Amino acid sequence: MNPLAPIGRVILTFLQAVGAISGFAFQAIRHLVTPPWYFGLIGRQMMSIGYFSLPVVGLTALFTGMVLALQIYEGSSRFNAESTVAAIVVVGLTRELGPVLAGLMLAGRVGAAIAAEVGTMRVTEQIDALTTLSTNPFKYLVVPRVLAGTVTLPALVLVADIIGVFGGYLVSTQKLGFNPATYLQNTVDYLETNDVVSGLVKAGVFGFIVALMGCYHGYHSKGGAQGVGRATTNAVVSASILILIANYFVTEAFFGTK
Amino acid sequence: MADTPKIRLRDVHKRFGPKTVLDGVDLDVGRAESMVIIGGSGSGKSVTLKCILGLIHPDKGAIEIDGQPTVDLAAREREQVNARIGMLFQGSALFDSLKVWENVAFGLVQGRGISRADAKPVAIQTLGQVGLGPEVGELNPAELSGGMQKRVALARAIAAKPEIIFFDEPTTGLDPIMADVINDLIVACVRRLGATAVSITHDLASARKIADRIAMIYKGRIIWQGSVKEIDNSGNPYVDQFIHGRAEGPIKMDVFRP
Ligand SMILES: Nc1ncnc2c1ncn2[C@@H]1O[C@H](COP(=O)(O)OP(=O)(O)O)[C@@H](O)[C@H]1O
Ligand SMILES: [Mg+2]
Repeated sequence: MNPLAPIGRVILTFLQAVGAISGFAFQAIRHLVTPPWYFGLIGRQMMSIGYFSLPVVGLTALFTGMVLALQIYEGSSRFNAESTVAAIVVVGLTRELGPVLAGLMLAGRVGAAIAAEVGTMRVTEQIDALTTLSTNPFKYLVVPRVLAGTVTLPALVLVADIIGVFGGYLVSTQKLGFNPATYLQNTVDYLETNDVVSGLVKAGVFGFIVALMGCYHGYHSKGGAQGVGRATTNAVVSASILILIANYFVTEAFFGTK
Repeated sequence: MADTPKIRLRDVHKRFGPKTVLDGVDLDVGRAESMVIIGGSGSGKSVTLKCILGLIHPDKGAIEIDGQPTVDLAAREREQVNARIGMLFQGSALFDSLKVWENVAFGLVQGRGISRADAKPVAIQTLGQVGLGPEVGELNPAELSGGMQKRVALARAIAAKPEIIFFDEPTTGLDPIMADVINDLIVACVRRLGATAVSITHDLASARKIADRIAMIYKGRIIWQGSVKEIDNSGNPYVDQFIHGRAEGPIKMDVFRP
């Protein structure tokens, strides 16, 4: 046995997956920009992906903001730099923790659900049935989900940012003895437009990734219930990893050395 | 034959990985003829239908509908061809997120752009043709028995008045009486529409009732075809073994005998 063979096989499998996913993404975008559009379905997906994720994302943001305030106060008080708490909470949340944590929560909640639903439709031949009824499965299933993911995650993150900052404010003023007015003033002073914008761009990218991975793995699932289970796991894992990778590149594009 | 057959397959091959499923299928189905394909499980019957529908791309060979080659059609043209075909899937493949009447109306609403209000009476009327009352239309597919699901799937397949209808194991898993009800419905629907029908079954009683002609598939090839009357005196040992359901004969099942 050639010892290089397994390595080559892994690399080939990896490249094959990258190619297949890129092709799938390309098809999704092509169908996204050409009619017909199913507006009713898009609206319904926005509700289930965006609106119903509010509690999960909101709670995540609230406690993250609270913990951030505690930790930063703890660390910065060693250097008598407590006044930076407000700044770090707001910048950390809007730039990084808001979009990344919301994206990861969405991968668990929505990516899994999409993969399970689309995967079940695949193994029960419902996707084939769509085609025979003159309906393109990309337009009917993939486009509404991908579009809803891409536009609702930024909206969710905007809300999460506000809730997270509020969490930090709560802990800082109620527990750490900050002056409320000063804390808010510091928050506003340190926040720049680019912090929020970069966070929202990230959210859009992450929302696209989550919905795309859910659809991709569901669409290609095979072999009954077990196959759907595998698709669900793969959707969550691949979306999470891709979110972390994409996060680096978007950050680099916004804040890399000019 | 003077006029072109409605459906013509020539030397159609398909393999999945190392496994050859179709190994040169030749088949002609005449206009308004009812062809039944019989054969054991896993002999490639469903794959044959899916090749004709364009759901599976054959590796080699030609498929024509009304003399028009269909294997490499562009998506738009494929949709136009499929709009003339109705399909009853082996597992019914009803959309479980939609009500029964919405399932039946699906091809009219999504495929043809008829408004929901106009399509609903057509759906209810089609449900009537398969012996289901209007109240069934308001239920979800999951609330129906297997036999009722089959009838709904039949109604969905015929709602858009197709020229060609495919039935994939329409009676499998049903009790003998319900199976006969479905057989009668199929004969009646096909006759009313003047449609060309291709059915798959391994239920001989069903085949005798539905078919004008019968073809037997074995190891990825059509090994015999003839009219219903000829099947009992086919002189073909494979057909004889199949219609008498004998374990002994030229057809070897992959059964492990220690
Ligand atoms: N999409 C697919 N991928 C891999 N193998 C498949 C696929 N579809 C069918 N097969 C295989 O092809 C063979 C024939 O399947 P099928 O046509 O469904 O049989 P049947 O005659 O019972 O309808 C089976 O062994 C099945 O495992
Ligand atoms: Mg089959």
